This record gives sequence, C-alpha cells and structure tokens, in this order.
Amino acid sequence: MSENVLEVKDLITAFRMEDGEWLRAVDGVSFRVPKGKTVGIVGESGCGKSVTAMSIVGLLPKPMGHVLEGQVMFKGEDLSKADHDRMHEVRGGEIGVVFQEPMTALNPLHRIGKQISEALILHRGLSKREALIEAVDLLEKVGIPAPERRVLEYPHQLSGGMRQRVVIAIALACKPDLLIADEPTTALDVTVQSQILDLMKDLQNEMGMSTILITHDLGVIAGHCDEVVVMYAGRVVERAPVREIYASPLHAYTRGLLNAIPTLNTPRKSRLNTIEGQVASIKEFVSGCRFCQRMERTGDTLNTRAPFVEISKDHWVEACPKCVDKSILQNVH
Amino acid sequence: MNDPILAIRDLKMHFPVKGGVFSRQVAAVKAVDGVSLDVGRGETLGLVGESGCGKSTLGKSIVRLLNPTAGNIEFEGADITHLSQSALRPIRRNMQMVFQDPAESLNSRLSVGQIIAEPLEVQGIGTRTTRREMVEQLLDRVGMPKSAAQRFSFEFSGGQRQRIGIARALALNPDLIVLDEPVSALDVSVQSQVLNLLLDLQEDLNLAYLFIAHDLAVVKHISDRVAVMYLGKIVELADADTIYKNPKHAYTKALISAIPTPDPTAPKDLVRLEGEIPSPINPPKGSAFGHRISHPRYEETIGMDLSMIEIEPDHWVAADPCCLSDEDYAKVR
Repeated sequence: MSENVLEVKDLITAFRMEDGEWLRAVDGVSFRVPKGKTVGIVGESGCGKSVTAMSIVGLLPKPMGHVLEGQVMFKGEDLSKADHDRMHEVRGGEIGVVFQEPMTALNPLHRIGKQISEALILHRGLSKREALIEAVDLLEKVGIPAPERRVLEYPHQLSGGMRQRVVIAIALACKPDLLIADEPTTALDVTVQSQILDLMKDLQNEMGMSTILITHDLGVIAGHCDEVVVMYAGRVVERAPVREIYASPLHAYTRGLLNAIPTLNTPRKSRLNTIEGQVASIKEFVSGCRFCQRMERTGDTLNTRAPFVEISKDHWVEACPKCVDKSILQNVH
Repeated sequence: MNDPILAIRDLKMHFPVKGGVFSRQVAAVKAVDGVSLDVGRGETLGLVGESGCGKSTLGKSIVRLLNPTAGNIEFEGADITHLSQSALRPIRRNMQMVFQDPAESLNSRLSVGQIIAEPLEVQGIGTRTTRREMVEQLLDRVGMPKSAAQRFSFEFSGGQRQRIGIARALALNPDLIVLDEPVSALDVSVQSQVLNLLLDLQEDLNLAYLFIAHDLAVVKHISDRVAVMYLGKIVELADADTIYKNPKHAYTKALISAIPTPDPTAPKDLVRLEGEIPSPINPPKGSAFGHRISHPRYEETIGMDLSMIEIEPDHWVAADPCCLSDEDYAKVR
C-alpha cells in the first residue's frame, strides 16, 4: 500500500448566509490521494467539487465560507487547522493550484515572467535574475515556443491554451507534492484540451507529484485518472479505481452519468438516457440520500444517510438500498 | 441536394480592422471566407470547429444578424443576402436561432410568458388570449409546466432556460433553427435531456437544424451530415457516420482523435496536434492547416486552388496536398 499525500476525512464546509443559516456545500466528504497518482473528482455543477478543492487549500471565500468539521491531512499535517501564514507557504509551494479560467488566474498588468518568478522568489528564495532564468525553463517545459520572448509578454498577448500553460508553469514552479487542477481544460478547445492534459500527465510522471483533477467531463477523467471520486449534492456517492468505475458502476447516479453521454458508438439520433429531475436546492437538501430526493422517492432513505462502505478493494459506495443493487449490499454485511 | 431549405454560396463575412490616424481600414478579419453549404428540409447539418474558426459568425450571418460581405444566402428559394430588416421580418418566421448562453439571451425583466410571446407579437400573430394559450402549448411542448409563464427566466436552471430559449424559437413554427452551441453550457445529465428534446421536435415538426458545436460526440449524435470548419473555411463535409469512420482531412482526423472517450481501456492512438489556430487577420497564404503543422508541401499550396472536391459520393474535402494522404490527394487533383 503506497502512502497517501492527502487524506480528506469527513470534511464539512459550510457557507453562512445573511440570515445566519449555515448551508453545507460539502457535507461529509472523505477521499485520499495516493503518492504519484491522479484522483479525479467528477460531478455536475453545484455538487461541491470546487468547494472541496478550495477547502483543501484554504481559499474559501471569506467571511462566509468555513470548514466546520473534518480533517485535511497533507503529508501528516492537518491543513484545516493551519494558520494563515502556513497556508500561504503551502499554496504555490507544496500544493500547486490551476483554475478553470486562465485569464482570471493571471494578473493582466504583469509580464508573464514576473508572475512565474514571484512564486520562485517567495517559495524558493531565488534572486530575481535566477528566477527569470528558471521561468524561461519552465515555459519551455510546458511547451511554449520562444519562451525567452514570451516571458516579457503580457497575458492578453497569449491565446487561451498558452495562458493555461503559463498557469500550469506557475503551479509547477516550486515542484509541488500535490497539484489541484479545477476544470483546467473546460474553457479550451478539444485539440488544445488534449495537449494540456497530456502535458500535465508528462510533467506529473517526471516530477513524481500527485494530482487532483476536478471536472464534469467523464471523458477527461477516463483517460487521465487512476482513481475517481463521484460527488453528488455535497457528498461522495462512489469512489473507485478508474477502470472499475467505468466497468462496474454501483451507484445509480454514477450509472446515470455514464449512460447520459453520447459517444461515437452511440447509434445516431437514438434517444439518450437521462437522469430524471434536477439537483434539489442546497437549502432543501435532505439528511438522507439526495439522489433518492432527486428521483422523488419516498421513505426511510430520505431521512437516514446510508454508510459509505467498501464493496471490493478500494471500491466504495454510499450504500443507499434504493440506489445500489441489493445483491451487492448483501455481501457487505 | 434536391430542393435544399438553405443554400449558402461562397459566403464571406469580413470585419474591418481600423487603425492609424484617420481610422482607416488597415486589415480585415476574415471570419468566414468563402463558405458554401446546403441544409435539406428536416435535416441536421452539424458544424464543428475550434473557437475562432468562424462557426458562430457563420450562424449569425445566416439568420442575418450580420450583413455578409459577399456571397449569397438562399432560404426557401428566396435570396435573403441583402434584404432589409423589414423585408426580413416575414422570413424570420421560418428561421430562428437558439444561443449558447440562455442566461444572456433571455431578457431577465420579462416573464417567461412574455419572452415566448414576443416573436408572436412582433409578427402580429393572434390576440392576447390566443397568444397565452400558444405560450402554454409551447411550454408543454418543451417539457415545462404551464405555471412557468408567470415566472422569470433567472428562477430556472440552465437546462430549463435552454428549454425556454427553444420554446421561443419554436413559437413561429419555423422550418429551420440555427442552434449555436445549445448544450455546451449544460451539465451532462441535462445535456442529454435537451438533445432528446431537439430530436423529438425535429421528428414531430420536420425541422431542419444547423447545429453548431465544438463537442464532436454530441454533433455526431444529432447530425445527419457534418461540416468541419477551419479558419473561416469548410475543409470537409460528409455524412455523419462517414466523416467519423473515414475522415480524409488531417484536421478532421486530429479533431476526432482528440475527443476524450469515457472508457479508460480505450487505446490512445492520438494524432498530436501542435500549435493553435492562426489569426484570421493575416491568414497564411497557402493551406492554413498545412501552415499550422509546418507541412513540407506548404509552399506548394500558396496560390493553389484548395476548394472542396467530391472525393467519394457525397463526401467533400478540400483538395489540399498538406492535409490529405498521398493516395487521397491523387484522387482529387
């Protein structure tokens, strides 16, 4: 069993509303990231995947967002208890972060070179000159042509794909142990998307880091992850090695997601499978199974949350008796 | 094609780039640069390409939200290329558009009922009471409750808003709908619901669609024929199954191989595509794609006629030595 770089245990993150009510965007989430592996977090918008990422690196919007309970164990240290200064050290140093929209992640007023050097000066104590030389190396590594010219340019002079490469270069500048990439390719074209994902994979292998890849695209997850965490309405409903999640999905939500996407093999103009209903508003979340809530089922499962159980090695599922086949659950007890 | 509902011939849409002291035109963005396409009655023509290739501009020029620079557009047998806005009004009954972002394309100050009734009012169809009935029927048609008419669009989720956008487009009972990335902003489970709705509507109402998107799996699923656009030009056009099974153009091949497949065991025979789309302001003089991939035969293509040739029955491809296999190029030259 390899060691884990990150272990998130029973994380609860909530936002305080103006009327004093707490809304739990992340409600008891547990997963781990083994060293050198890529873990994908997948789910529809609003399922809490980005809030989970923000909670890990302490970037929750203040003053509303708070980690109420749980642990974020990063290399043996609980980051949820770490103070502001320590988190400042961790972010950009030991944990690199890449967000969806590269234009907002870069400062439009500073040259590319300066933005990459910043991290190197702050976290690795390089001089300005050394940092700029290193920045050129990094740009070359992420596949930007003519890097010695590009370091002097501003973000608006680059295309979307190039900008995302720069953001990746910044995230990787300090050779982090963990890279968190939140929808890194959603804003990009397919051809550029595959370039960026391959680049991330290559760099990961080269540097031996671990990655959390957050996306709503099951296609991206399949090709680039070792393990998959499926989130629904603030909770993890299923977690398994990537092949298992596609070969034998257990939770009704995971199955629904997989069946809903057209592939090149889907017969043309056939009706696609859909997941009925919609995610309930966060204010109306039941304490029990939220997928049963979406399906407008009635009964016990809405009131009591099912335990998260290991069905086979490393394959975990929220054992709602209405969302998971009974025959599978029988073997557990 | 016999009696196409829409026939575009050599359409050009150039935007002036102004500069210098007197704001003279110094260059042109050739967003659409000589496109010819037909859409048959009840047919879906898929239009794919990367962002910036001109596909949205093409869609907007077809419904005449833009005034084309050259070429002509024939809709239901009438030349509408240079019609004035008032002369276009009766045409618009039969030709509607649905936009990518339903949040932006629906007026948030009007109720959903008013939004859907607006095209009816503009065209002077029905009385206030009959329009209300028509709105209810349209809402029902797109799978929304009648009560939605009294609410505002922002009260609804993305998928429901897109249904409202579709209801508005259906109000005048059109023959052709131009759909510009109608599902790209939606979650997978909602995307499949909207795609099913579009398929049902087409079947029941014999609608023709021009379906513009960058997701090739979605385009394949919904389209009868697919056109691939690159830097303002169509480079390949064929039956949807054919173009995916037997792509001829190097760009089409690259696009298809870049589609992320939701299957971790799928072989990755990726055609790696380096570089990005060149600027349409100063497009390469020869083969635009040959230039991107630095093809050894690029120089030959300068000044060459690279227009589309029917390589196999109903399979058209640009006769470009940089982008075809030697064997295929021998067939078209």
